[in-house]
Amino acid sequence: MKVKSRSKNGIAKVKLLAKHPMHTGRAKDADGNLIPAHHIQTLTCEHKGKVVLTADFGTSVSKDPYLAFTIKGAESGDVLKLSWVDNLGESETVEATVG
Amino acid sequence: MALVFAALANAGPDEDRQALVNYFQQRSPDINFESYIDGAYIYDEDARQQWLDLEDFPPYEFDLEEGEALFNTPFADGGSYADCFENGGIAIRQNYPKWDRENGRVVTLELAINECRERNGEQPYPWKKGELASISAYMAYTSRDEVFAIEVPGDDPRALAAYEQGKQFFFSRRGQLNMSCSSCHLEGANVRLRAELPGPALGQVTHFPVYRAKWQELGTLHRRYAGCNEQVRAMPFPAQSKQYRQLEYFQTYMSNGLVVNGPSSRK
Amino acid sequence: MINRRKFLTVLGAASPVVAALMAFPGTVLAWAENAFKATSVEDAEAALFPGSQAQPSGQVKLKAPQIAENGAVVPITVSTDLPDVSNISVLVEKNPNPLCASFKIDPALQPEISVRIRMGETSNVIALVEAGGKTYQASQEVKVTIGGCGG
Repeated sequence: MKVKSRSKNGIAKVKLLAKHPMHTGRAKDADGNLIPAHHIQTLTCEHKGKVVLTADFGTSVSKDPYLAFTIKGAESGDVLKLSWVDNLGESETVEATVG
Repeated sequence: MALVFAALANAGPDEDRQALVNYFQQRSPDINFESYIDGAYIYDEDARQQWLDLEDFPPYEFDLEEGEALFNTPFADGGSYADCFENGGIAIRQNYPKWDRENGRVVTLELAINECRERNGEQPYPWKKGELASISAYMAYTSRDEVFAIEVPGDDPRALAAYEQGKQFFFSRRGQLNMSCSSCHLEGANVRLRAELPGPALGQVTHFPVYRAKWQELGTLHRRYAGCNEQVRAMPFPAQSKQYRQLEYFQTYMSNGLVVNGPSSRK
Repeated sequence: MINRRKFLTVLGAASPVVAALMAFPGTVLAWAENAFKATSVEDAEAALFPGSQAQPSGQVKLKAPQIAENGAVVPITVSTDLPDVSNISVLVEKNPNPLCASFKIDPALQPEISVRIRMGETSNVIALVEAGGKTYQASQEVKVTIGGCGG
């Protein structure tokens, strides 16, 4: 997961790109077999110990999900914790410092 | 529209290039030369906005990371990509394709990458996607804003012949649909063909390799050449075949004066 | 397969959370499975916001393209100037499962989200906003084509 974040006047714009195939469960592979659904279910962003965003995804979010949002009261140097969990129980957590 | 060039049959590559620039200048007087690196997105605002939204955090970021890591990993024999290229392989995209005097052939950057691997005892990568595309993307990325400066040496008639063959290819009709590259990208540029709006030939190669939404991954120029040929129901040539290398030579020369802006995302 | 109500009774269903679970068996604690599995916009809405009827509102802004470059990656942004926003959700009417994403918005967040969605065909894209306990919506048709030549 790549995270870009910049704060101006206490307002931090956050953009992220998570690496995930987001298989819908409807597509077939080269042999004609259905590729099982494999997608991020929930992605969260924590700032100052509080979950400020909980994003629930279905299979209609694009491959390598992109998200952009804005946190009020976030300064340069603040640490954000981004985490996701997918439907197969895989997960990733990344810490990013607000620029 | 081959008339644009036919009249210059006895002129050289730079006269051809100038004719192409003038042609598009007349077609679209409001679009400045530098913009042509953005392809069809100079014509359609709705499409352009989507492209800009994607480029804000582009899908090829992971490929760039991979490409940089691969580029910086030494070969088993201790050699490196940096040793194979001028300037350590950084900021050199704008010089390719080159005329290889010694072997009498056009050398593209991607051909040079795989030959570097082979010289160091490594297996070459597949040509159309994967590691080769990632490395090519990284090398393009380090070259962003460099100005394309392709050379067709005047003192080697074989170089001019290769350029001319590339040009011929561009204007030759092929396939069941009997269309040439120019059908879509010269007279067909900015003309709605079915639901497509083809991009202009000017600047067409500056932004490769590309992450195409259709492929859902990064792919090389020759992958797109093959796809385009298939779409007019013509037999595609192999990636890095003489035909495609010469076509790339001609097309990149036509983009001299424009800057490198690869990799890029496309539909 | 254990009956959920029975299981909770065995645990000693005194806690409010569990009581809520028993009262609304479809209550979402984590991922809103019922909403994501719904096959119509109405069912997805009902699962997300039970008992609520989303009103069209000019204060919900949906930025989406007229014609998607490629249905696999359609960049959209939902924003609103409504106060007390608690949820922003995005649906694609003609997708097999219309609900794309649902965002729980903390007061620390500006009520604006950008995301890239998949669309199977030309369809209305619907933005739902829950603000002050009520739901509002805006929608826009986005065309999805297969180019035929380059596409």
